[in-house]
Amino acid sequence: MRVALLIACFNDTLFPETGRATVRLLERLGHQVDFPEEQTCCGQMHFNTGYARDAVPLVRRMVAAFEGSDAVVCPSASCTGMVRDHYRGLADLAGDAGLRREVDSLVPRVHELTELLTGPLGLEDVGAYYPHRVTYHPTCHGLRGLGLGDGPVRLLRSVRGIDLVELEQATECCGFGGTFAVKNADTSTAMLSSKVRAVLDTRAEVVTAADNSCLMHIGGALSRQRTGVRAVHMAEILASTEQEQAA
Amino acid sequence: MSPAMPRVRVVAPGAMPQRPFPDAAREALGDSQLRRNLGHATATIRDKRAKVVGELPDWEQLRDAGAAIKDRALLSLDEQLERLEEAVTAAGGTVHWARDGGEANEIVTALVRGAGADEVVKVKSIATDEIGLNEALEAAGIGAVETDLAELIIQLAGDVQSHILVPAIHLNRAEIRDVFARELGAEDLPDDPPALAEVARRHLRRKFLEARVGVSGANFAVAETGTVCVVESEGNGRMCTTLPEVLISVMGIEKVLASFRDLEVMLALLPRSSTGERMNPYTSLWTGVTEGDGPREFHLVLLDNGRTQALADTTGRQALRCIRCSACLNVCPVYSRTGGHSYGSVYPGPIGAILTPQLVGVENASSLPYASSLCGACYEVCPVKIDIPSVLVDLRRQVVDEQRSRPGVRAKVDPERRAMEGLARAFSSRRGYETLQRAGRLAQRPLARGRDRIGALPGPLAGWTAARDLPLMPDQTFREWWRSRR
Repeated sequence: MRVALLIACFNDTLFPETGRATVRLLERLGHQVDFPEEQTCCGQMHFNTGYARDAVPLVRRMVAAFEGSDAVVCPSASCTGMVRDHYRGLADLAGDAGLRREVDSLVPRVHELTELLTGPLGLEDVGAYYPHRVTYHPTCHGLRGLGLGDGPVRLLRSVRGIDLVELEQATECCGFGGTFAVKNADTSTAMLSSKVRAVLDTRAEVVTAADNSCLMHIGGALSRQRTGVRAVHMAEILASTEQEQAA
Repeated sequence: MSPAMPRVRVVAPGAMPQRPFPDAAREALGDSQLRRNLGHATATIRDKRAKVVGELPDWEQLRDAGAAIKDRALLSLDEQLERLEEAVTAAGGTVHWARDGGEANEIVTALVRGAGADEVVKVKSIATDEIGLNEALEAAGIGAVETDLAELIIQLAGDVQSHILVPAIHLNRAEIRDVFARELGAEDLPDDPPALAEVARRHLRRKFLEARVGVSGANFAVAETGTVCVVESEGNGRMCTTLPEVLISVMGIEKVLASFRDLEVMLALLPRSSTGERMNPYTSLWTGVTEGDGPREFHLVLLDNGRTQALADTTGRQALRCIRCSACLNVCPVYSRTGGHSYGSVYPGPIGAILTPQLVGVENASSLPYASSLCGACYEVCPVKIDIPSVLVDLRRQVVDEQRSRPGVRAKVDPERRAMEGLARAFSSRRGYETLQRAGRLAQRPLARGRDRIGALPGPLAGWTAARDLPLMPDQTFREWWRSRR
């Protein structure tokens, strides 16, 4: 399959290893990855903060960047959800029927990474090796937005060497919520402290998720408290092999 | 906080501007007693709800039906309300129309005076709290006695409700014991719930028998038959709606249902979502007046108070489906930590965050749409499928649009607005985006102060680094790696 990578701007900028891992993984599985370089930001932060009108040009840009791609993969549950659940509304807000048609064409082609693997590619065992104790946080957008279900967990269970441990109160939000973490920093921190406690209770070395935004939040507290627990995107675990151990 | 001290009085909608949510929440988050009470109570009701909802294989279909029933009534609201008026009138009742809280309060006050009463007994009703009916009656020399146990506690404590279903969720039994001891003269009262309930029962029994006027809200009203419905657990509501000579019900206009059969669905959804029970203990239904049985006079006050305005908002109007079950409060990670008072409204939690700004205008409650991480837990449990996250985001857009429309320099130099607009401009071209990436890599160096992470950010971003580190941008972006690979 030929797949175009929608990287998500914070992966591109802050977590390039997630993008590299996504490319490594898909190529190892025999697929061809494209990266349309005209892509920038999906507009999620603007949209969620109330700047919907400013997100419209970003929608236009994203739609154009992936115009010629048959399948699009995104290693971010929330950016995938942004395209799938809100692009139509933004095209309508702009009153642009042409954009709406382009969005309608893009939406069914966009897959979150684990969705692509367990859905169209029909995989559970991607041949990964990751000899670490890991706990999985499902993330709100993955769980309730995209409805990823147990797909990510099935992928992780098939990883050789992994010691996968369940997270208590896993379905509860970590408190990130984009600009919520800044505008309501105290409430966000109160939510985060429960999540961090649950992660530490698992005695895992690594907390993983299908979204670096939540991981940056949880990982930010794990780092601040010098817990020694790392936040690692699922793509990096799935890309890891005996020959090539992920960092 | 010492147990006997009434908590800070929060302004009700209509008396805005309110204290911004982040400020109120910050204070609540530091109250360990509140945190413990809330954490325990919300978790208990949450689990009970999940259990009884799990018993129904067709729960999702029931939710769909509940949403459709409410939408049908809301999208023909003018017609349904006139049908309701006609049916109530035909059954011997009188219907009054109130544009806002002030009008509703005047109507009720005049009716109570007309009945020659100086005290009314009240069924738990958030609509009457919304309009400050008790205060209006008090100003007219009429005492209003709350008869729901939790509402009574709140009233005696001079406090404010903090949960739709469990208004005194923020108080524990020692605090309640002290309130009863002080206000009802109950000496040497133990703090066990049966003893507390018994004191309230004796106090209320006397009030029920003396009262000439009862005041209620309404969970539902049926346009087809003119029937008003109140669901409750304690039986005090049944007392208030049957013993007095005059019954006055104040209902928000969104409570109307088209047909009697609609109750079948709504009464299956409400108790399971609300108290986590298959059926609530008392469901009172009455249609106008009945000779020789119950009140001799029945008045139904139809309250708008911002609801028509909400109905005009094609996204926001779904908030009017709300049946006040409070399931969204109990699953909300924000509410279960900050409590209800932080929302500065009688409608707290996720539903309050979308209802209050629509009732009072977004400019008067502009922090509420942001009081959510958009986690979606509320939408998942809502029995009438209100997509609360989508409404929150649309209200945020309205907040921003409203602020942008303000004249003057201040709105133009707002740092958030400038940052958002600047980023959107940069992200609108590949060149702008890549330039910003390179600039960010340079700008972060002084912030890192030689370390491998950022521990302190300036200005409004400091909230992030108060509890979290921020990773540094690596030397190579993904796209630079991609290009280098070619």
